Amino acid sequence: MTAWVGARVPRKEDRRMLLGRGRFVADMARADTLHAGFVRSPYASATIKSIDVSAAKRVDGVLDVLTGADLGDPFLRAVLERDEFTPTEMPMLSGDRVRFVGEPVAVVIAEDAYAAEDGVEAVEVEWATGPVVLDIAAALAADAEVHSGTRNCLVDLVLFDDPGLDAIFADARLTIEATFTSARVSAQPMEGRATMAEWDDRDSQVVVHTSTQVPHQCRSGIAQALGIPERSVRVIAPDVGGGFGQKCVVSREEVVLAAAAMRLRRPVIWVEDRQENLTASVHGHEQRYDVTAAFDADGRILGLAADITCDIGAYSVFPFTCAVEPLMAATELPGIYKVPAYRARGRGLATNKAPTAPYRGVSRPQIVLVMERLMEKAAARLGVDPIEIRRRNMILPGEFPYTGVNTITYDEGSYLESLDLTEKKITEAGWYTERDRLREQGLLAGIGFSCFSERTAYGTPTMSQRRMRMTPGYDTAHVRMDPSGEVVVTTGTCGHGQGHETTFAQIVADQLGIHPDQVRLRQGDTDLTSYGWGTFGSRSIVIGGGAARKAADAVAGRLRKVAAHLLEVGEDDVELADGRAGVRGVPDVSLPIAELARVVHFQTHRLPEECRYGLEARESADPPGTFSNACHATLVSVDPETGDIRARKFLVVEDCGVIINPLVVDGQVRGGVAQGIAAALYERITFDQEGQPTSATLMDYLVPTATEICPIEIHHLETPSPFSENGSKGMGEGGTIGAPAAVLNAINDALAHRGVEFDHIPVMPEDVLS
Amino acid sequence: MKDIHLIALTVNGTEHEIVVESRRTLADVLRHDLGYTGTHVGCEHGICGACTVLLDGQPVRACLIFGVQADGCEVRTVEGLADGDELSDLQKAFSRCHGLQCGFCTPGFLMLAEAYLSEQDGVPDESEVREVMAANLCRCTGYQGIVDAVRQVAEERAG
Repeated sequence: MTAWVGARVPRKEDRRMLLGRGRFVADMARADTLHAGFVRSPYASATIKSIDVSAAKRVDGVLDVLTGADLGDPFLRAVLERDEFTPTEMPMLSGDRVRFVGEPVAVVIAEDAYAAEDGVEAVEVEWATGPVVLDIAAALAADAEVHSGTRNCLVDLVLFDDPGLDAIFADARLTIEATFTSARVSAQPMEGRATMAEWDDRDSQVVVHTSTQVPHQCRSGIAQALGIPERSVRVIAPDVGGGFGQKCVVSREEVVLAAAAMRLRRPVIWVEDRQENLTASVHGHEQRYDVTAAFDADGRILGLAADITCDIGAYSVFPFTCAVEPLMAATELPGIYKVPAYRARGRGLATNKAPTAPYRGVSRPQIVLVMERLMEKAAARLGVDPIEIRRRNMILPGEFPYTGVNTITYDEGSYLESLDLTEKKITEAGWYTERDRLREQGLLAGIGFSCFSERTAYGTPTMSQRRMRMTPGYDTAHVRMDPSGEVVVTTGTCGHGQGHETTFAQIVADQLGIHPDQVRLRQGDTDLTSYGWGTFGSRSIVIGGGAARKAADAVAGRLRKVAAHLLEVGEDDVELADGRAGVRGVPDVSLPIAELARVVHFQTHRLPEECRYGLEARESADPPGTFSNACHATLVSVDPETGDIRARKFLVVEDCGVIINPLVVDGQVRGGVAQGIAAALYERITFDQEGQPTSATLMDYLVPTATEICPIEIHHLETPSPFSENGSKGMGEGGTIGAPAAVLNAINDALAHRGVEFDHIPVMPEDVLS
Repeated sequence: MKDIHLIALTVNGTEHEIVVESRRTLADVLRHDLGYTGTHVGCEHGICGACTVLLDGQPVRACLIFGVQADGCEVRTVEGLADGDELSDLQKAFSRCHGLQCGFCTPGFLMLAEAYLSEQDGVPDESEVREVMAANLCRCTGYQGIVDAVRQVAEERAG
């Protein structure tokens, strides 16, 4: 009966965006709206001796200046309920100590954004600078502490510790010791953070329009920080201009804006500039892996040990905590490979830099890079073909569901098939010939692969293992058909570019036998939707979409009952399709679904009790998680004169189970790969030795353009997941997860004859030239 | 005492007279004074191109132009592309080719592409389209859909 799932349906979202009629937070300012500007720390580490706002309050157009003390010193405290975790407080406006450049200490409220900036300049703060901790080594040395009494270690977890591992390393044919690092990067959504808050006297609540991926978590954060009931806060995410994780944590500015609006009883808007976004929002991915791995003579991995250190910056983000990267890394490092013995320690280390938050991929780009580099290194040292060594180690068909040494159970995937297809496609397309041709031209050229799976749709069965005080995972959908036969779906997921208005409508339309245009998705409003966890971690189509399917199926059941009664046939014989309720085997007997909806609402007395009073259902989904998988390949050239590195060809074979809309899936793959190439070659958040950001503009932080990203060829395999209502697997992050390893392997292939080997990202021209 | 000026400009064929501070950007004039919020502001330092509009037919960064500099000029924004509710060929191609996801950079790319296509006689090759589209940043699409859309429209218009 499927009609819409799987179809290349153009997106419902497109029209308003193309007409310039999207509605983002910055578009919502009215004539009476006040504008906020934040006074931020110019130092990476300092105590605040005094804040003088008197001159700022006299600036033309400035209405008020608020410090943390004025607001009751609100703070957020993200907690992991583990002994190995040290909770710390993040003040919404710091009053006594600042820990990174960009940390907010006061907010200026003015008539427009220009006056607000004038006011910010007039606030006088007396600082006493302190010692700075700027990298993992300095954090471990703990000569200075970012948070007193922590020795800079906010989380230290030994999740696995096989006692036989040292003997394995001693006896193995090959033991590799290596260190892998990845730079601090920024998600860089094209719309930065933005919030508008106003007090609503009628509903007695503060309404916070904000550019967020997680409206309910934002509501909970504001309520907790300000000590008010959740009912007193309504968070609405209008159109959101990208997030990639940067907007899946609660921003201090969101809380401050809510507090300011409650205090002033006027609408207040804050739209950050790009410098604030690059320096004062959140970063990610700054990690180091010290790894030992043992292999037998055939290249089969025998044991793996990793000491994982993550530079988490100055604060633990709410609600995920700073453990999100080390926990993910230590739990999932083995990936698709059958590692028999495993040890992993993961630490989160505080530094005087902006906090880190989940950024697309969350540690998976790094762990895939580690495993794929290990495979290449072992293959080279043992004289095994690098593709063959992967085949010998990966989970193979017939071995699913596979429970790994990390206690994770992997649902069915196509790891081997995707690798085989990748090899076939690039060989047929002449990549190896092209590599030879480039080499003859005097360029260095190489081909690299990465094979990986992407755990997605983490429900509470999985999330609860992290022991977060606020444990995300489930989501709830409500489906309601109105008297005209059209449907409104609400979910707690919150799409912001992923096309959920279209894909959720496809899912629901198939269940109800109607057209997707008759289905409207409402999301991103805490007063309209059940408590839910928003959109991050490739969760939405499996969890939100799964809940929507279940709820739609329940409504479909009620429609069949109504039709059976009105048509005087058996309920099981009723089919919903093409907008009509038909009878199986009786083609000329049917009723429009809109007629059923009309009767249910307007003549409900005609129906038996169980069919009366509306057509709606509410269902939740809370899966254990599901693994999509992919194989990436890229052909890279390196100019030995300039050090310029180019990804010239890129191919993805991906398997996300049942595809709801191929247009959307391809878009997610391509955008993800672009961010992965960016992390491998271009992007790096940098600081000077005093902790001053030196990548505070888009001239210094190099988001790639259309000339850096090559065409990306995509092939699909479809292995449905039994853990997913739709058979779909999440796939929002895979591109970013797999691309860095493929690019790095290709660079190393290009440079192999020079005896050079890189195990870090990004690889920059200066690395090549030195 | 604010430094203010009376300026006159035409936006998508509609004439406006407005008093602006000399430091007010064209982007803010369009968005906040005149209500053309389709033009987006992404970086305020001329790199991302989300604020690209056509000033007397030429693509400019509205974040780097002051409102007073547009005095006497004709401005075209994303709101001026469609014929009423009927999407232009370029807008349709962006949707067909999935040249947008979050939609924030889209108005800038549309205006950049509109100016580029208006100067084309034939069908440009992919590398040239990439060079031109490299003026702006998109974080969602990986650019493929944008490049495909621009090339398809060039082909359609070339007949």
